[in-house]
Amino acid sequence: MILAGHNLTIGYSERVVGRNLDIALSTGEVLALLGPNGGGKTTLLKTLLGLIPPKGGEIELGGRPLANYTSRERARLIAYVPQSHAATFAFTVETVVLMGRTAHGNLFSRPTPADRAVATRAMERFGIIDLRERPYTMISGGERQLALLARALAQEPQFIVLDEPTASLDFGNQGRVMREIRALGASGHGVLFTTHDPNHAMRAADRAYLLRQGVRLGEGAVGQVLGRAQLEALYGTPVQLITDAGGGHSAFLPG
Amino acid sequence: MSRPALPSLLLAFLFLVAGLLLAFVIGRYPISLADVLDVVAAKLAGRAADVPPAVESVIWQVRGPRVIAAALVGAALAVAGTAFQGLFRNPLVSPDILGASSGAALGAVLGIYFSLGVFAIQALAFVGGLIAVAAVYAIGSAVRARDPVLVLVLTGVVIGALLGAGVGLVKYLADPYNQLPAMTFWLLGSLAAVAPSDLLPLFGPVTLGTLVLLALRWRMNVMSLPDEEARALGVPTGGLRIAIVAAATLVTSASVATAGIIGWIGLVVPHVARTLAGPDFARLIPAAALLGGGFLLLIDTLARTGAAIEIPLGILTALVGTPFFIWLLTSVAKTWS
Repeated sequence: MILAGHNLTIGYSERVVGRNLDIALSTGEVLALLGPNGGGKTTLLKTLLGLIPPKGGEIELGGRPLANYTSRERARLIAYVPQSHAATFAFTVETVVLMGRTAHGNLFSRPTPADRAVATRAMERFGIIDLRERPYTMISGGERQLALLARALAQEPQFIVLDEPTASLDFGNQGRVMREIRALGASGHGVLFTTHDPNHAMRAADRAYLLRQGVRLGEGAVGQVLGRAQLEALYGTPVQLITDAGGGHSAFLPG
Repeated sequence: MSRPALPSLLLAFLFLVAGLLLAFVIGRYPISLADVLDVVAAKLAGRAADVPPAVESVIWQVRGPRVIAAALVGAALAVAGTAFQGLFRNPLVSPDILGASSGAALGAVLGIYFSLGVFAIQALAFVGGLIAVAAVYAIGSAVRARDPVLVLVLTGVVIGALLGAGVGLVKYLADPYNQLPAMTFWLLGSLAAVAPSDLLPLFGPVTLGTLVLLALRWRMNVMSLPDEEARALGVPTGGLRIAIVAAATLVTSASVATAGIIGWIGLVVPHVARTLAGPDFARLIPAAALLGGGFLLLIDTLARTGAAIEIPLGILTALVGTPFFIWLLTSVAKTWS
């Protein structure tokens, strides 16, 4: 299945954020969206999720216009992982994960035992099963991000879209979330995530999409698109490339 | 950390039962608990009760309707407050916030001003509340903003102020000897005039609105997430928000039409209920209804018996609510983001 935007103009009612954007994501691949602040990453993400309508162009999901899907049909195919945030109410972690099952029930239904089993598997996969009874408001930022990932998985979608999944996480949790994103791609999901760190794209993504001031600067396999010159053009700052002499892995340093 | 469902709801139920018994027993005409139980048991068994006729008449004609109305109005305001707080993801929101109360107030004082009958006054209060919320909703939806909830709340405050000015104008123009006391009495909230015939127009809308909210309990959990997140989870937030606001307004208007303006219950009780039963609306709505009913029963019993004259309910609830609100403001940073 493919989620694709053709010739998109994106933005809000009074403001155009980006033009002439083509983007495609297949199931089983991980795509990283990179670019400076205010470049339109989040707007593009929300447009592809169907949360804000495109101002021009069209989005197709499985060959059908995204606008023709009901919100419930859409939620069974695309899951959204927002930046981890403090919640208003102290729902338990299990309830938060169960909310991912909403689109699988009808207007009046409560989660069924089958829904609970799906939620339990998702919590087990991300190692947060012991937190199931804890209030979501009382766990750490890293645990919240994992709970939101489990909620997305409980949606049983084809695509998972994450907005800066590593922002505000400590170093260890950043690595953990990157590994989980790679695993989600390996298990057949199409994964799209935004990040501020090209190294995260290198580690977790198959392809990268570079967006600066609403214009696509490049797109392709991470090994080809993520080079010193491209990143310097993308962020407007000098970039160093350092390589691990032993393993051959490389990383970028800004400045 | 898990909250067992039964004990919390059982606790809330016992609170309501205690409120009911106290309200029946205490009053100008004291009735023993045994007499109350005997009269009720006799009615259920279809036999004549072994008590003086005066006692029976107080229970069925005077105190009974008032007690049942107090339980229903308290439950209604608490359920509406629970729904509004969840929908607006804000602990400081209450049924007054969308103009439901002030719209109903303007309708009622207009009814009194034009010397209409009791039923017409209640109907006007009801229509006033619905029109006010519809106006707030129409204006709020016409403004395209990133945070539709904040726009709604602010519009509610502005419309509420305008309606308050309308109420002030009608009071200013009213006959100070015949009409003004009735208006003042009504605006401060009272159950003194409740008759048996008032119960059905109260019971119907309150039950209907509460059932709608109960049916949507899981969707209401999801609706308490930020709007975009709820939509990404497959919830059509626009239509559901209208349904929830309509149900909560129906419940509020019906209780305002019966008992006048009684503030604070819709603000205070949902918090207590959430502490007791947790944030899941499946348990929160019943808990709020039981606690709200019990709370207003206690307040109304105090209003009937606390002083030589009846104390208006709105004044008593304000005495309880204001300290609670201040405490809430100081602790809000800890539990709410």
